[in-house]
Amino acid sequence: MAGMSRGRGRNQFTFNVDALGFGRGDSLPTTTHTPSPLFPPMQFQPVPLHTGEEVEYMLALKQELRASSKNLPFHIRAARTKRDVSRYSDKYQTGEPKNNTIEWSPDWSRLPKELCIKVRKPQKTITGTKQQLKQRPKVAASKEDILQKLETLEKEEVHSEEEEDEGKKKKQNDDEEEEPEVEEDYDEEELEDETDYIASYFDNGEDFGGDSDDNMDEAVY
Amino acid sequence: MTAQEVRLCGLLLQEHFGDVVENVGTHLIRNGVLTLRALAHETKLALDLVKKSLCVLVQHGMCTFGPGRRGPAGPVEYHINCEHILHMLRYPRYIYTAKSLYGDTGELIVEEILQRGQMTMSSTVKTVADRLTHNMPEGQSMDYNEVVSAFSRLVETHFLQRCPPMASAESSGTGSAETPPAVTQPSNPESHPDCYKLPYISLSGHGKRRRSSEDGEADQRAAKKAKTDSSECGDEGIHWQVNFERFHLHFRDQAIISAVSCKLDQTSGEIVRTMLRMSEVTTSANAAFTQALSANEIFRALPSNYNIARPILDQYLTLLVDDPMEFVGKAGDSGGGMFVVNLHRALANLARATLESVVQERFGSRSARIFRLLLRKRHLEQKQVEDFAMIPAKEAKEMLYTLLSENLVQLQEIPKTPDHAPSRTFYLYTVNQLPTARLLLQHCYKTVGNLIERRLYETKENKRLLEKSQRIEAILASLQATGAEATQLTEVEEMITAPERQQLESLRHHINNACLRTCGVNRSKPTRTCKLLTEMAVEPPRAQTSDLLAVRLDSSENQVDETIFLLESYINSTQASR
Repeated sequence: MAGMSRGRGRNQFTFNVDALGFGRGDSLPTTTHTPSPLFPPMQFQPVPLHTGEEVEYMLALKQELRASSKNLPFHIRAARTKRDVSRYSDKYQTGEPKNNTIEWSPDWSRLPKELCIKVRKPQKTITGTKQQLKQRPKVAASKEDILQKLETLEKEEVHSEEEEDEGKKKKQNDDEEEEPEVEEDYDEEELEDETDYIASYFDNGEDFGGDSDDNMDEAVY
Repeated sequence: MTAQEVRLCGLLLQEHFGDVVENVGTHLIRNGVLTLRALAHETKLALDLVKKSLCVLVQHGMCTFGPGRRGPAGPVEYHINCEHILHMLRYPRYIYTAKSLYGDTGELIVEEILQRGQMTMSSTVKTVADRLTHNMPEGQSMDYNEVVSAFSRLVETHFLQRCPPMASAESSGTGSAETPPAVTQPSNPESHPDCYKLPYISLSGHGKRRRSSEDGEADQRAAKKAKTDSSECGDEGIHWQVNFERFHLHFRDQAIISAVSCKLDQTSGEIVRTMLRMSEVTTSANAAFTQALSANEIFRALPSNYNIARPILDQYLTLLVDDPMEFVGKAGDSGGGMFVVNLHRALANLARATLESVVQERFGSRSARIFRLLLRKRHLEQKQVEDFAMIPAKEAKEMLYTLLSENLVQLQEIPKTPDHAPSRTFYLYTVNQLPTARLLLQHCYKTVGNLIERRLYETKENKRLLEKSQRIEAILASLQATGAEATQLTEVEEMITAPERQQLESLRHHINNACLRTCGVNRSKPTRTCKLLTEMAVEPPRAQTSDLLAVRLDSSENQVDETIFLLESYINSTQASR
């Protein structure tokens, strides 16, 4: 019955044809060959912007806020990526702070502890050498003191475990105390730009002469 | 967070805090909560940079932190607050409101606190006094007491609030002795009883005038001194932040009053303003209507320069109650009549008016007629739409289909038979106000994002020319000030080459006609700004024209933000009432 009704009702649609908007014989709208334009022309023009003293003032405020926020310490700039060679002028050009400093002092009690960046203040270059000189003999002196202490301990003790332990603990404590100083010392050295004698400059001569080939006929890759 | 909101947040963070913070911020938004390590891993930035960015975000209240999923012993998790970032769009409006209410002092206080996120009272007072002194004529200086009094007034009216204190996590339970409690959790600011209590500080003095000959180093030294001095003032640890909710309530009241003034008249606006002012302290933030006020009270509280007689006031109140906008409702008859302001209904009506104006500006007044009809009559068939709107069938059909394709109108099927045969189904057109408002809000976010991007593009493209023309103008101005000869002036003017000048002239003419068209993105056109800008920019834009453009784009951002505020308030009010 369904098949037979197909023959009878061939010209009937399932919906009301008038609702389509065009009759039987009308031509269909032209087919589109391209996607609709990205910026179709506007039918209605937009309303002009508000003007007035209030609007102008808020506009000026906005521009001012934007400009001043660039100068605040909250504007974080990533450290400039190293170019091909490190140049002498880099020392004088970096206005940007190093990564491990924070330019404003927040209330650290309101922030989680893990966000606190331990700021190791780099010594100012003018007074750096003096302080370094001061500290080097200090460190040396403390090393000597510690060594002396250890020697006296060794002399005094009668191989008792407690004294050995004490000595070890003292050593450890002293070592711990020493290490940060020593670290600081090395850091200062690296930060210290007065001299050109950087640690990595030292060339121990291993590479020299190792590449020399007696046979110069072979190509060097 | 929708894609448009995320994009807009990213652009705002980038403008104010730079690329690094933008990177960190967008990753946090996209991933929800993250720990510090995970964040560093995802953003592939140095750990120190990530720490700094998080400090900045927490300082400004845009990021909160708390114990993670593993409890207080585990790593701290950070959660970003998107609404706070979007409030950055509205900073000029907050500052302008403070200016209009509390003068220049109030304006500078709010501006300082907004820019720095949180500040103590003493440091705010000092900085603001210095700034005010700088602008005053020589010899005068601003006394700290005046600034303190302005600050107190801001706190009394709840525009500023204390930052919530940190509730320290219990460290005794964890048993980890090596670190003190690493996790401190902030609580809701309002829950603190001393939220609006001013601390007692001993601060006296005058603002210091900054000499123009001092360079930046001296300022830094002074700034550092100021920081160390604050510890002596007795309000250490008490930080103040801007109370955005209070400002929003104020904007909402302003919108209602201006709507009433526009619709009825100035006096009705004043009456509604009085009613709102009286119920400021008694009404909670998301109440549906204010406390009931009797006509007697309103009469007594009216400002003295409005000499309206008592019967006239009663007539005005009756008019307000009968108005179809339903701003004011009658809640009883005692005391000459008890009246309330229907806040949520007012917001809904304002949002509806916005939607109607959008449709009108985009699709024409006849489509707007259809839209309003559907809003009023809820569900209508196609034939009924044609009849009620009195628009010929063919055009009505086209307009309906356009609105349908833009998702402003929805189609509801009601089948007559279980087999849903199309010939035996009712197809009803309908408009739902709330989803349509949400849709429009997302369009607005997209608009502002487009505006910002376009402005950045324009300024970048024409940086060279902009700077050149600005330099030349500055030189010209200085030469004229010192009374230079005409020859020197012409020489300087010739620094702009002839073809540049020609293009400038032609484009200025072009832009005065086209710029109005392009930048009229008020409530209606999300992406059309960009469309028309490229349409008009046949010749490459030049310095002054693009400068004008940038100004118009800026102004458009502010004005789209007004619509954003209205729609956001409406949507929040519907959520609150549920």
